[in-house]
Formats: sequence, C-alpha cells, structure tokens
Amino acid sequence: MPNALAVAGLLFQYRANMKNNQSIIDSAISQEYEYGFTTDIDQEKIPPGLNEDVIKIISSKKQEPEWLLDWRLKAYKQWLKMDEPDWSKLNYDDIDFQAISYYAAPKQKEKLKSLDEVDPELLETYNKLGIPLEEQKLLSNVAVDAVFDSVSVTTTFKEELEKHGVIFCSFSEAVQKHPDIIKKYLGSVVPTTDNYFAALNSAVFSDGSFVYIPKNVRCPMELSTYFRINAAKTGQFERTLIVAEEGSHVSYLEGCTAPMRDENQLHAAVVELVAHKNAEIKYSTVQNWYPGNPKTGKGGIYNFVTKRGTCLGDNSKISWTQVETGSALTWKYPSCILKGNNSIGEFYSVALSNNFQQADTGTKMIHLGKNTKSTIISKGISAGKGQNTYRGGVKIMKNADNARNFSQCDSILIGENCGAHTFPYIDVRNPSAQMEHEASTSKIGEDQLFYCNQRGISTEDAVSLIVNGFCKDVFNELPMEFAVEAQKLMEVSLEGAVG
Amino acid sequence: MLIIKNIHASVDGKEILKGINLSIKPGELHAIMGRNGSGKSTLANIITGRDNFLVTKGSITYNGNNLLEMSIEDRALAGIFMSFQYPVSIPGVNNAYFLRAALNAKLKHQGKSEINASDFMRLIREKVKLVNLDESYLSRAVNDGFSGGEKKRNEILQMLTLEPELSILDETDSGLDIDALKTIAEGVNNFRTETRSFLAITHYQRLLEYMHPDYIHVLIDGKIVKSGDISLANQLEEKGYSWLEK
Repeated sequence: MPNALAVAGLLFQYRANMKNNQSIIDSAISQEYEYGFTTDIDQEKIPPGLNEDVIKIISSKKQEPEWLLDWRLKAYKQWLKMDEPDWSKLNYDDIDFQAISYYAAPKQKEKLKSLDEVDPELLETYNKLGIPLEEQKLLSNVAVDAVFDSVSVTTTFKEELEKHGVIFCSFSEAVQKHPDIIKKYLGSVVPTTDNYFAALNSAVFSDGSFVYIPKNVRCPMELSTYFRINAAKTGQFERTLIVAEEGSHVSYLEGCTAPMRDENQLHAAVVELVAHKNAEIKYSTVQNWYPGNPKTGKGGIYNFVTKRGTCLGDNSKISWTQVETGSALTWKYPSCILKGNNSIGEFYSVALSNNFQQADTGTKMIHLGKNTKSTIISKGISAGKGQNTYRGGVKIMKNADNARNFSQCDSILIGENCGAHTFPYIDVRNPSAQMEHEASTSKIGEDQLFYCNQRGISTEDAVSLIVNGFCKDVFNELPMEFAVEAQKLMEVSLEGAVG
Repeated sequence: MLIIKNIHASVDGKEILKGINLSIKPGELHAIMGRNGSGKSTLANIITGRDNFLVTKGSITYNGNNLLEMSIEDRALAGIFMSFQYPVSIPGVNNAYFLRAALNAKLKHQGKSEINASDFMRLIREKVKLVNLDESYLSRAVNDGFSGGEKKRNEILQMLTLEPELSILDETDSGLDIDALKTIAEGVNNFRTETRSFLAITHYQRLLEYMHPDYIHVLIDGKIVKSGDISLANQLEEKGYSWLEK
C-alpha cells in the first residue's frame, strides 16, 4: 500500500506494526504521542505580537502584490472590531494574541530549484513522519505539499501534474504565478468578515496549498498537504484554496502533527473550495495535532478552523471527510453552500475526545439551488474526561425546491467522566424540503466487552473493534488505504480509555 | 477438567449460589436444570468470570489451575466458551471479522500463526452449513438485527469455529422452534468428542432429548439438590420441581 505511505505518512509507524498486529497496542503503551519531537533547525521568526507592521512584514517577506497587503490590512481592521466567539461548548483560558509569533520559517536559500537544496534536517523530519519527499521514493500516486510552520517546504510531482494542466503548489507561489485566479477566488467562499478566526487568518496567513483543476480534467493522483507546526510560541495560519473547473474531479487529503509543548499553540486555518458545473471535490482530513498531556491536560493545539466549499455550478459535488483525533480544542465546521441546481454536499466525520480534549465540530449545509441534496454522518467518541459536541446547521432557502437532507449524529461514551452533546439547527424556508434526522448516544456496554472477552479478545482490542464498527460509515468514505490508517490511529488514540 | 467445590456467590450482597459442588470430566455432557432464579445463569457467569458476581467461598479449578484468579479472556483462551442466552449485537462489526479476531486471539495464545482471511473464509463457509445459516450472515454486523434463533445459531457457529474444550450452553434452547432446536442439538452432537465437555443450562428437558447428557443436576435455591441420569429429566417433566423442594 504505497499510497498510504505517502499520504497518511503521519501514521507510518502503525503500518510497520501491522505486520505484527499485537505490537500495535504494545507500541502504543510505550508512547503517548509519537510525533512529539521537535526539529532543531535554523529559523527565521518574527517576535511575538500583532499589529499592522507585523502584517506588512509578512506580506513583504512573501513579496506580495499591493492588493493582497491591502486585503490583509482590511481583514485585520475588521478583526480588531470583532469579538472572539463564545457560543461553543469549549472551555479554555483567553488566548493572548500578542504572545504569539505570527511567522516562523526554516532559513533557506532564496529560491529552491530542486529537493537537493532543501535543508537535510527538514527532509529528515518528514522522513520521520513517514512522508518521504524525495520523488524517487514516492512509488505511489500521491503528490505532497509539505508545510513546515509558516511556509511550504516543497511540493512533489509538480511536473507530472503540469502535464495535465493541474496546478498544485504552495499558496505563496500561487500568489506570484497565478495572481488572477487567487484574486478571483480568495475570500469568495469564506469572506474576511466571516468570523473571528477567519478574519485573523486573512490578516496573517503565511502559506498553505493551492490547487487548480482545469476543465474536464480528472486529477491523475491524490493530492495531499502535510502540515507540521515546529516552532515554539508560534501560531500556524495556513490557507488552502481549491478550484475545480467544469467537469473536473479531485481528491485531496491533509494530515497534521505537532511537537509536544507545554503551552497551547494556535492553529487557525481557512480552507475554501469552489466546484464549478459537474465538478467534484473530495476533501479528506486526518487531524492528529498534539492533544496535550494526557494526564494533566497541559499544552496541545487550539484548532480553530474555517472550512467551506461552494457548489457553484449545477450537478457539482463537495464531500468532506474528517477524522479528528488530535488537538486540545477543536472548533471546526466544514460546510457546503449548495448553489448549483442538483448539487450535492456531504459531511462524514469521526471526532474523538480522550483525556482532556474538547471538540465542538459539525457542519453547515446551505441549500440554495433546486434539487440539492446533503448528507451528514457524524460520529462522536468521548473517553476519559473528553467532551464532544456535534453542532450542525441545515438551511433550506426559499428557492431550493425539493431539497433533501439526511443527518445522522451518533455518540458513543467510554467511561464515566466524559460527555457528548448534540446541537442540530434546522431552518427550512421551502415547504417541499425533505429532512431526516437520526441521533443516538450509547455507552460501550459492559455486555459488549464481556462478550468479546469471553471470545478471548482483550479489552483493548474489543474497544477498538467496537469503536471502529461505530465509525465504519465514515471510514468507508476515506480513500481505502487511508481508512486502514485511520483505524490504527483510532486504536492508539483510545489507548487506556478503558481501565 | 472442571472441579467446582462448595461455591458460594452473591450479587449486590444477595447470596445466589449456596454451596455448589460439580465435577466435569473430559467428554462429559452435564445438564443443569432449574427454575428461573435458581442460580443457573449465575453459575455460568461465575465460571466465565463476569465481573459483577462475587464469589464468597469455595474454589473452581480448571485443568488444575485456579480459575477464579484468571481474567475473562484467559479463561476463554484456556478453552472455556459460553453460548450466551442473550448475545449482544455489535453494530458495524462484521460477523466474520469478529470471529476471525477471536480465532486469531486463540491461535496466538497457542503460539500458532494467525489464519489469513482467505483460509478463514474457506473454514467458516463449511461451518456455516452445519448450523444452517445463510452465508450472508457472515458479512452482517455481529448479531445486529438477528432473530432469536439466528443469534443462537450464530453462537453455535462460534463454538464450532473456536473449538473450545468446555462449552457452556446457557439456555441455548430458549426461544427456538423445533427445527432450530434439532439443528443446534445436531451441531453439538457432531461436535462431541472424548475430550470436549459441555455444561448445558436449561429449563426444559426438550433439548436434552436430542443431546443425550451423561448427568443431570437439579438446581434449587442455589444448591444442587439432586443428580442423576436422563431419567431424572423425565421425572422433572412429569412432576415438575416441587417434589424436590423441602
């Protein structure tokens, strides 16, 4: 399964262990979070604090055109007037936005011509994470963009993609090389004023990925971005934009990890997807940011992310699949605006909160076009002292005749000290709409565990068996090999959930 | 094989078993009969190690080992199997996958290499026929949406696959029509060997007609009040339990 090696390289170690099933659990016992190492590398980092000068520095480091700087500054001014949202179920101390550094980059030569010029220490980091960036080592059909702290380090398989007219590069590069597309679509799905964290991101975003699929092209390989936060006291603010022209198709994956640090680190990303007529975008995430110390709850990533896609053209489709096992806090609602007639929005989610983790996640489906259809499958797993909230909105607007939505929100509780919460919001303004909503909350039963134990299956294996069964509908949506990795990740993340 | 000595056990402070003595040798089929609440299922739970039962007195040895000190899965791996009265469902978990996980846990315990998916499917397709279940049940979620009879057949399928030394059949006959009962009894009979033992727990002698037990024990109020051969079951059928009560 070479695909997964590159794609979900973040999980590479489990693959090795798969040969010896038993050692999956064994290895999990000895390690709490295996991507917690830091890379010792020369860094260029601007001092903590946020003001207009900082934004100008970022913009000038990126040699950005004037219009983009103006766009950032406008967003910043709006952000200053906004209040941090407090409607979620998340409990955390106030974030000191002046204590964060908004830009950190590994020092490197001005322009990289080939991978040979990438700092070997960096390549080593990605190798450790199971993501070999040297193309000759990539047997698989996956192109990777690697983002290290604030900048994109390298993008693989560029030439191969160019043959098909597919553009896959870092956001900064896209600003230089494809300014017209960026200008046209940046902020078109998530406006700078959308919310507090989106406004912040718009002001200070440093890098990210850009994908453009031309008309009638089926992207020949999976595209993947791998995000790594390394520097201390630094925020990560990346921005991803995917544009799928008429009749095109793309499947995109992202993975994330971070070192173990005692302080909380902020990650506030924005992802915008645009699907034109008959186009399809499939966006999969395996999020495994450092969740904080499992015993004290100290540290961990604060993950405040705005992800949204517009099904602009008729018959277009956007599908979000997420497996969220990391982060101390998760605040994330990948959404679809179904503008085109017959367009389809899908959201498949597994969110796990173990130990001190808190997740408030879900989706919004906004039906504007006729015969639009949306599906929401959300699986929340709470263990330890974890708190898991599903928050979802389905809106059927006046002109959306014959819109349909199916929502299913299931929660499973492991142990006595965790919680599951469900907040479905439904707003229907067209009488022809068909809505279905199913919800369930269950505990992993003593009965189920006893049954498994009586068949000789250990409690740990039984829990992962039961939870994987619970998540099956979502894992089925992941690219196949990715699904195997997600299962393994689930096993390790649940380590110790049952005493 | 299994030696139970003077077992006393309670649930929530209430004594259910009040001194059980029972010895099962290899190849024997013992039947425990009794009314609801007499302690039959408690005995099965004590042997398999279910947590919420407290043994206050007595001992159980299994092949010379102190069974009461073993974990639930260690007992299972040592060869004790229970066909559940009410098997739970595990949504989303493929029946065949579950059974292979159980079989592999056993093989691993025995120091053998695990069975691969295709060999397992070959094996399981043979076994499925023995309990008269359709192959489609293999790809359904464990017991999910199964009827009472299908669940019981599935339990026996698991027994035939895992090949335990001691099988406890907890009310395996309840809720079955006569055809299903025959299928299951046949499955058990064909599975009997000189080394495999059985403990069948039941209300009725119906199942026993097909299964030919070596011993019958009558459990009343936490004690075995009478033991005998199949004729005892026939007497119970005729006279009920009251003549055995004080």
